[in-house]
Amino acid sequence: MSLTTSALWPYVVLILVGFLPNEIWRWLGFVLARGIDEGSEVLLWVRAVATAVLAAVIAKLIFFAPGALATVPLSVRLVAMVAGFAGFIVFRRSVFAGVATGEAVLILGAFLVPKL
Amino acid sequence: MFLAVRFRIVRAMPELARFDFVSNTAAFFGGFRSAWLSVFAYVLFGTYVGIGALAYDFNFSLAWVTWSTLLVWAGPAQVILISTLGGGAQLIEVAIAVGLSGVRLLPMVVSLMPILRGPQTRTWQLLLPAHFTAVSMWVESMRLAPLMPVERRIPFCNGIASGYMMAAMIGTVAGYYLAARLPLLLTAALLFLTPMSFLVSITRNSSLLVDRLALILGLVIGPILAFRNVELDVMWAGLAGGTIAYVADRIRRGLQ
Repeated sequence: MSLTTSALWPYVVLILVGFLPNEIWRWLGFVLARGIDEGSEVLLWVRAVATAVLAAVIAKLIFFAPGALATVPLSVRLVAMVAGFAGFIVFRRSVFAGVATGEAVLILGAFLVPKL
Repeated sequence: MFLAVRFRIVRAMPELARFDFVSNTAAFFGGFRSAWLSVFAYVLFGTYVGIGALAYDFNFSLAWVTWSTLLVWAGPAQVILISTLGGGAQLIEVAIAVGLSGVRLLPMVVSLMPILRGPQTRTWQLLLPAHFTAVSMWVESMRLAPLMPVERRIPFCNGIASGYMMAAMIGTVAGYYLAARLPLLLTAALLFLTPMSFLVSITRNSSLLVDRLALILGLVIGPILAFRNVELDVMWAGLAGGTIAYVADRIRRGLQ
């Protein structure tokens, strides 16, 4: 009994503090979406909110970088982001080109700019 | 490549050249194929190499981190889950941190469901796409699903998400085994994949003025609130930025 419990415990934790608090937003969205039609005004607003939320997430990941990314100076992270965006525009709105340019500038910048 | 070219032509003249599949199975594999043809499959692979390595560093089992990819299916939430649990945080703290990071999923699911739902759709058929909703799948589904008949959209989007989840699973396993050999700068570069790919792919999807305004406003308001230590900064930035963008667009349309 105790062996089973201890082997299962990490999965109970995964469900309780990983799966449920995250999935609840999908379920809530699932319920709220019921009365909304494709092409409605509400949908336009919700999509704008979703886009702005994602933009805020992007900014947060750059300004308050997690883990190893924090070892790269903020100036390099910002320049890499702008360079990636420029690469995306220059190479005919290719997402691949944008990501590749941003990554290249980030790695190059991390070598060139000394850490504080 | 061929598929990508065809999508671009279709996008230029939406009334004329919509595309269809012979069956729902074909639609599923069409989605699966388009997943591997898009940059997201490789971005997800890289991101999950980082997450697999993180799980190894914090002594989680490979089975556990693989299940977390299947069940949580949200990169930022998994980074928080693994690093806070591994760091010995209280369970309630972990749950709150994960819950806050998941807020973005709500408007994404709300805006995707009406596009996938047709007159014949049963409610249970939308459960899987709702679970599959993540930034990568949302961006590609919002872009491609409207181009096909409504009854093909659910299998197509399930196909996209299955392709992405497969890339993430392979990445998770690879990262777990490579963990000890990953240099710090490479790990940093893997973590940079998420914000960089989000920014350019959302820009690509923002063809309407309202979406472009929302993107810019979110990028500006988000950091201001975060630096001022406002609680739930991401949620407020999204609600404020999205609402201002919508109202501005509505006024502009009213003037025309």
